[in-house]
Amino acid sequence: MSEDTKKFMYLNRRAPYGTIYAWESLEVVLIGAAFEQDVSLAFVDDGVYQIVKGQDTGEVDMKNFSPTYSALGDYEVTKLYVEKESLEERGLTLDDLMHLTWEDEDEDWAEKDSIRLVSREELAKVMEGQDVVFSF
Amino acid sequence: MPIEVNGKTLETDEEGYLVNLSDWEPAVAEIMAKEDDLELNSEHWDIITFLREYYEEYQIAPAVRVLTKAVGKKLGKEKGNSKYLYALFPYGPGKQACRFAGLPKPTGCI
Repeated sequence: MSEDTKKFMYLNRRAPYGTIYAWESLEVVLIGAAFEQDVSLAFVDDGVYQIVKGQDTGEVDMKNFSPTYSALGDYEVTKLYVEKESLEERGLTLDDLMHLTWEDEDEDWAEKDSIRLVSREELAKVMEGQDVVFSF
Repeated sequence: MPIEVNGKTLETDEEGYLVNLSDWEPAVAEIMAKEDDLELNSEHWDIITFLREYYEEYQIAPAVRVLTKAVGKKLGKEKGNSKYLYALFPYGPGKQACRFAGLPKPTGCI
């Protein structure tokens, strides 16, 4: 990464369906990843529902795009911060989320976890360290 | 412009991508390739099949960079480079191969 690399964070706060925000955010992330920036995602509030496993959109007439989050590792997006308090407030745990991983080419494609469970306080610090935060 | 495949008329968008992904059959790729003056061989089909599997799994058409890396991993290092892929698909492995495979244009492809 060059000196021009900027730290971009995409902050996801809304439920995946009902509005277009979650999918739009994901598309922007995938497009932005082509520009070799330091990209991370954060899931807070209802945004944590975006990466819950076992999503079924059969009844709501929207495409179930949750499998696309598993492609993020291929796009070298490997930092997905999930706010602990948001999970807890919704009665969710890490086990309710998809197992999102990335493969480290430098370590013979070793599989590593992408999700980083952080407290509200820790996430605030990570956000402070960003050049740009996009809120969806 | 719609295309004719095995007696059926399939709708495509202004750039020639299938509008309904479920319309796809191998003949679609053959006919699209013919219009681009390409004859599909097994190497083309490896990539087309790979793209369809990728879409099936992740619900997106991969960006060229991602495709290149994934092909290298799956089909062998000597194939995981843009030279190889562009030789097969001169209009761009992302754009052209995805069109043949019946997928939407890759996200981020402009």
